[in-house]
Amino acid sequence: MARPPVEKANKRKYMLEKLSGRVFLFCALLSVISLLLIIGFVFFKGINPFVAEGYSFINFLFGDDWVPSEDQFGIFPMIVASIYATIGALIIGVPIGLFTAIFLAEIAPKKVAKIISPAVQLLAGIPSVLYGVFGLAVIVPFLQNNLGLAKGQSLIAVILVLAIMMLPTVVTVSETAIRAVPKSYREGSLALGVSHIGTIFRVVVPAAKSGILTAVVLGMGRAIGETMAVILVAGNSLIVPTSLTDSVRPLTTNIALEMGYAAGVHQEMLFATGIVLFSFILILNFVLAKISAKGGN
Amino acid sequence: MVMTTLLSKHNKKVKEDLQQMTESNGKTKISVRDLNLFYGEKQALYSLSLDIQEKEVTALIGPSGCGKSTFLRTLNRMNDLIDGVNITGDITIDNENIYQSTDVIKLRTKVGMVFQKANLFPMSIYDNVAYGPRGQGIKSKKELDKIVEESLRGAAIWDEVKDRLKTSALGLSGGQQQRICIARAIAMKPEIILMDEPTSALDPISTLKVEELIADMKKDYTIVIVTHNMQQAARVSDKTAFFLNGEVVEFDTTDKIFSVPKDQRTEDYITGRFG
Repeated sequence: MARPPVEKANKRKYMLEKLSGRVFLFCALLSVISLLLIIGFVFFKGINPFVAEGYSFINFLFGDDWVPSEDQFGIFPMIVASIYATIGALIIGVPIGLFTAIFLAEIAPKKVAKIISPAVQLLAGIPSVLYGVFGLAVIVPFLQNNLGLAKGQSLIAVILVLAIMMLPTVVTVSETAIRAVPKSYREGSLALGVSHIGTIFRVVVPAAKSGILTAVVLGMGRAIGETMAVILVAGNSLIVPTSLTDSVRPLTTNIALEMGYAAGVHQEMLFATGIVLFSFILILNFVLAKISAKGGN
Repeated sequence: MVMTTLLSKHNKKVKEDLQQMTESNGKTKISVRDLNLFYGEKQALYSLSLDIQEKEVTALIGPSGCGKSTFLRTLNRMNDLIDGVNITGDITIDNENIYQSTDVIKLRTKVGMVFQKANLFPMSIYDNVAYGPRGQGIKSKKELDKIVEESLRGAAIWDEVKDRLKTSALGLSGGQQQRICIARAIAMKPEIILMDEPTSALDPISTLKVEELIADMKKDYTIVIVTHNMQQAARVSDKTAFFLNGEVVEFDTTDKIFSVPKDQRTEDYITGRFG
């Protein structure tokens, strides 16, 4: 059988080369396009009431009342609930996550680390609705019984669930950062007669600072964006929380609960809620970029 | 040209310092008896026995992988950090067996260490030097200031850095960083300082400065230095131990090792026939 002439065969190769380049480019663009479409769509729908229908954006942000049937759309309680829930989850989740990371990277014998590490990573793979179910079945009744609440669904329940949910992120990212600290720092410190724990807190953790901050910001992003687990344990009352035991409705929950039946301005206001949420995430990403740029130096 | 004059000046200074110090008091500071070390199954040190004199510079020479750094690290128990290391035999410092006592922190306070590569922490010069004393619970700023200045003067680098104590130590040159490392070790007021090829990453001029510093530090500290550079061993040390394949082949005064070695292998090594 005669082989095709060399030139012809090469031409095919070049065609294929070009074609595969295009395919890869298209795939890469797909995610950018999706991002732009989602942002565009949310903003287009969400800005409408303020631009076309004369609603005040200030009243939207700082209004206390959300009564769609009476044309009142204030999301201030939800903003506060989201912020409180996130900060609370950080206060509990970050120290536990950081200590876990330190333990895994610096203290645990290899055998123990080999059991705990995969367990923590598996925690990240659990669907969020299951966290919600766990919260509802265990944490909520526990709070109800032990704090004497009429209703266990509360800010504190949200905080606890979110703290557990952010653990995998905080642990994995800070563990990586801690492991990346040069061995020479540890040796230098130990050789100066500083104890193991002293070395960890005075040299290793400071040297891993930017990675640990990244872990915190990523954990924060997870907490503020979480929806499903929160719906189940938040209680969803539309009040500005004044105590940990108040029933709350964070931003994400508001969208998920009402989008199914909302129409007209009500629906657009839910998109506007999405814009606020998105802004939070955007700010977090900006902070993250700043941190990693600083860490690079 | 500049190098040669610098070198000869340097050699002269080192020699003078040595002459001043030849009247060693002869007190044994570190005593090693029948020391064996294993990395898992693999034996790295074979029944070492030697005595290191107080306020002398003892050089450990030998080809790569001969166990000299491993031996150095047994003296402040840095090998404890490595999994699977097993040690038999005795090392006593001031008549105290350092492997029987469990107080590693105390040992490492007494036995300072300077590493091959300057390993300053990512903090200011001041904080680096004050790191050890702070770990011992010294908080008073006045006291820390004093320790930092004394240590930096002791490492002959005070004049170069006194105006930038609060700036990052990682901005200094390699030679300066290494001398800050020495200052950091001095700040703990140790009695023994271990140096693991402290000049191998330095340029010739910085090397000279560190060597002069070692010659000068001898009056206050017992120094054990691992070096690849035989001229360096000849210049700075009183005693020299030649290591080969985990054994001490010969241990004697530096003069003898470099002029009339007893063992053929020592002679081959120092004349550059291998290594």
